[in-house]
Amino acid sequence: MKVGFVIGAVLSAIVLGLAVLSFVWTPYDITQLDVANKLKGPSDVHWLGTDHFGRDLLSMVMMGARTSLAVALVAVGIGMGLGIPLGLTAAALQGGWLDEVIMRGNDLIFAFPSLVIAILITAVFGASAVNAIIAIGIFNIPVFARLSRGAALSLWSRDFILAARVAGKGKARISWEHILPNITNLMIVQGTIQFSLGILAEAALSYIGLGAQPPTASWGRMLADAQTLLYIAPHTALVPGLTIVITVLGLNLLGDGLRDMLDPRLRVDRS
Amino acid sequence: MLIYTLRRLASLTVSLIVASFVIFAVIEVIPGDPASFMLGVNARPDTLAALRAELGLDQSLPVRYFAWVSGMLTGDFGISYTYKTPVAGMVADRIWVSLPLAIYALILSTAIAFPAGIYAASRRGGVGDTAVMGATQLGVAIPNFWFAMILVLIFAINLRWFSAGGFAGWDKGLFAGLWSLTLPAIALALPQAAILARVMRSSLLDMLGEDFMRTARAKGLTRRQALWRHAVRNAMIPVLTILGLQFSFLLAGGIVIEQVFFLPGLGRLIFQSISARDLIVVESVVMLLVFLVIVVNFLVDLTYAWVDPRLRRRT
Amino acid sequence: MTLLSVRNLSLSIGDTDILHDVDVDVAPGQITAITGESGSGKSLTALSVMDLLPRGSQVQGQILFGGDDLLAMDEAQMCALRGNDIAMIFQEPLTALNPVKSVGDQVAETILIHTDESRRQAKARARDVMNRVGLDGISLDRFPHELSGGQRQRVCIAMAIALRPKLLIADEPTTALDVTTQATILDLLKGLVREFDMGLLMITHDLAVVADFADSIAVMQMGRVVEAGPTGDVLQNQTHPYTRALLAASTHQVDLPDAPSPDPLLVVDGVTRTYRRPRVGLAAPGVVRAVDDVSFTLARGERLGLVGESGCGKSTLTRAILGLDTVQAGDITLGGKSVFADGLAVRRRMQVVFQDPYGSFNPRHRVDRLITEPFHVLDRPPKGAARAQVIARALTDVGLDPEDAGKFIHEFSGGQRQRLAIARALIVEPDLIVFDEAVSALDVSVRAQVLDLIADLCRKRPLSYLFISHDLSVVRTVTDRVLVMRAGQIVEQGPTEDVFQNPTHPYTQELLAAAPVLPDYATAGGPT
Repeated sequence: MKVGFVIGAVLSAIVLGLAVLSFVWTPYDITQLDVANKLKGPSDVHWLGTDHFGRDLLSMVMMGARTSLAVALVAVGIGMGLGIPLGLTAAALQGGWLDEVIMRGNDLIFAFPSLVIAILITAVFGASAVNAIIAIGIFNIPVFARLSRGAALSLWSRDFILAARVAGKGKARISWEHILPNITNLMIVQGTIQFSLGILAEAALSYIGLGAQPPTASWGRMLADAQTLLYIAPHTALVPGLTIVITVLGLNLLGDGLRDMLDPRLRVDRS
Repeated sequence: MLIYTLRRLASLTVSLIVASFVIFAVIEVIPGDPASFMLGVNARPDTLAALRAELGLDQSLPVRYFAWVSGMLTGDFGISYTYKTPVAGMVADRIWVSLPLAIYALILSTAIAFPAGIYAASRRGGVGDTAVMGATQLGVAIPNFWFAMILVLIFAINLRWFSAGGFAGWDKGLFAGLWSLTLPAIALALPQAAILARVMRSSLLDMLGEDFMRTARAKGLTRRQALWRHAVRNAMIPVLTILGLQFSFLLAGGIVIEQVFFLPGLGRLIFQSISARDLIVVESVVMLLVFLVIVVNFLVDLTYAWVDPRLRRRT
Repeated sequence: MTLLSVRNLSLSIGDTDILHDVDVDVAPGQITAITGESGSGKSLTALSVMDLLPRGSQVQGQILFGGDDLLAMDEAQMCALRGNDIAMIFQEPLTALNPVKSVGDQVAETILIHTDESRRQAKARARDVMNRVGLDGISLDRFPHELSGGQRQRVCIAMAIALRPKLLIADEPTTALDVTTQATILDLLKGLVREFDMGLLMITHDLAVVADFADSIAVMQMGRVVEAGPTGDVLQNQTHPYTRALLAASTHQVDLPDAPSPDPLLVVDGVTRTYRRPRVGLAAPGVVRAVDDVSFTLARGERLGLVGESGCGKSTLTRAILGLDTVQAGDITLGGKSVFADGLAVRRRMQVVFQDPYGSFNPRHRVDRLITEPFHVLDRPPKGAARAQVIARALTDVGLDPEDAGKFIHEFSGGQRQRLAIARALIVEPDLIVFDEAVSALDVSVRAQVLDLIADLCRKRPLSYLFISHDLSVVRTVTDRVLVMRAGQIVEQGPTEDVFQNPTHPYTQELLAAAPVLPDYATAGGPT
């Protein structure tokens, strides 16, 4: 097993552990303001320091992990849940009109970066974590649709698929029985990458105010708050920022490690 | 080649039309009554009526759609409700910040990523490769807006080489303008460069395993000559796809970075309009962004055909 | 005097020993062939001479070229030599050429690398070389994808001989080509050897090609040269048992039981399938008649062969028979039922064995599930113990172990996989089996075993099959009747022996003439 994979797995496990732990315990209650202790640097009382309301940054980071992981997870779920069936359908009907419609639809979504989708949604429905999920999720659909279509197409030309067709199996059944199991690894690897991209996107949306709203804790909003305090309390920016870096780095290392372990020939789209 | 171009052009047009449907539907159809949405629940009936008239809400949807599209085509983006000025003028001011920023970042990103990717691929498994790959792994994980804040902390607050925000304006000269876009461009470009370098490297490594590389070596080319003459151009094909996608990310990412640096670009305009519920501005600016992305992808498609002769005759 | 002499060459890659004390000589103006089955190390011997081995290779011994030891040379010296004094061509001409560069540029590149000539002079010289290899009609500006397989290999040859190297190495240069194209390429190579007084080191698995073509021959097995000498001597004396086995397998004949009385099973009636041709340049998009009004009948119990070169339409026809593609005109019936209209009812009576032993099975399923896939078409597939029994019998029938049912496909060799494919085809006891190039990817000795298996099965039960192949010698031994297909049409058909002995259609004659055959003295079964 590679070193990168182990590091990635450990980092991801720590972040996940913190998020889970926050349901039962955080060092401090982040709904309690403690203005007397605002903007304190890291100490043995507040391990990561406090923000401008005197809230414990470690507790904020733990609560924020919940938001980030939940948003990214659901967004990947949307992308996989809709994208993979679309991709498999398009591949099964290669060259047909439905294939064409699905692929053109994908191209269209690619013309709307997730941020633009979020802007459109927010302009009409207002900002919320749910809208962030939808925006990131919609953007994930074509990622999985394209990847699964491409992988499925190369499988459709393989002899074992022809053999299944000669055995009288329908396209839907072949897709389910033969194609899907053979692209699962690829999807898992891409899933971890989209998951880490989702965390970055969620942070960006929250940062510009299009994501989770107060009182929900979020790493992006912590950074937005920290921006005006950069000069006097740089640790308020460093703590959530480094948390994001560590989380995303961990997930990416995990994804790369999975790819190497599952199939060294997998090609993963890293855009 | 001509047929290929025409086909791409047709597909571009279709994409634009469908995109305009989507935007129109989200902004003008889903809210029900855009005028009361924009004014809020406490609006006075006469202002509401005035806005309805201005938006042409008494007309049918197709008429409004065509009025909007034909307006956009002739450069009439409507009148901003909050600022009472033509949207076209507001956009024109701001696009000269956002577009140069995206292009600046794209150039930086490419200039860093290509050499880094080629270098890493040519030293596969060596120390240089490991170092570049480690750096890109980190680069991919850094949120660009946070990186921007760190740059401000180091180069503006501590070193005072740059101002912490704001835009000097092009009227102060090209250099002053570019200088004030430099930190934002770096913040945008480095994470993208990390992605691009990884794609470049893996694409090149794929090519190094191809039969024609062995043929090139059998002809007497050195490893380096074979890499430059035969692998790089073939490796560009997947890289171009990423480059096209990157432009849309840079354009969108720029909206966020503008917030960090207080740049008067399209991003700022959009956020002000969203909080003022000025749907007219949002609608037009989003359409413009999408237009830019689609046009860039069209250009990428044309470049494909230039790089890959196999595409030129494909119908 | 010798031009190249490889002495005591040993090679290991990582911890694996590949070559052991290999000796090979090539003289100027002479052709030396290295032959052997896959894994014998013949290609790596050639790459050792070029010093283009994979990473992690360790070489020992001597490779003397004109008296200098190539193994002692550094990379810069080798670069100066490659393409200039020693050149090489490869098996697959499409992938051997850079897809994004014009063929003229690629030929001229050899000249530009090694000489001081200007780009213009190099292009002019490239033109001459292309003309010499028979590409006079082909513009320098064409790209590889616009040429045929044979033309591409000619471009590769042009690239290799542009500077008149002293030694040319050809690694399976005709394996990817059709038999008629193969003949012209071999002629070209032979002509170049004589004209330039060049030494040619030819790597091939095909003994029939060697017999006609090479002056001397080295037979390799598992990294060793087991027998070497002048071609005639080696083929006639067959001192080494492996040489004997290889020759026997190459011309392997099987005993088929007599064909039963005619009772039509598969009827192909006036089938036509056209494709739209993509537009090339300004020419109007044309229509390709891939299968053009084809009719034939396969009787119950008959073993019918279908031969033709690539692009003749046999794959399209096969897909239509299997019901995978529709046709524009005509009908195909099996036992009176249309393969298009009657779907499942016909499917259960027809099975297929494909060429690629690696792509034919889902890598994620176990053997029991793989070979019972056709159960899908049965109304009441066997369950539980009955199923296990059927699986065990199917595996035993094809010479495998019932224990194999729990294994995954990657645990089997290529030959074993083809046995599994046959087991899968037979498990529902179909009326008709389609063998689509089913033994083409196998080494000769494995191929001989699989052919024996097919004949064996025919003796156990009446088996009707359509055997599609480009390999004439195989079709000759396993079929009763044969169809010859060209450009979408059946140009000749008749009892197999008659067609092979007295071909009437000029194309069949051309095909048979082009196919290399081992001389009689080599097939007599060795020294007596």
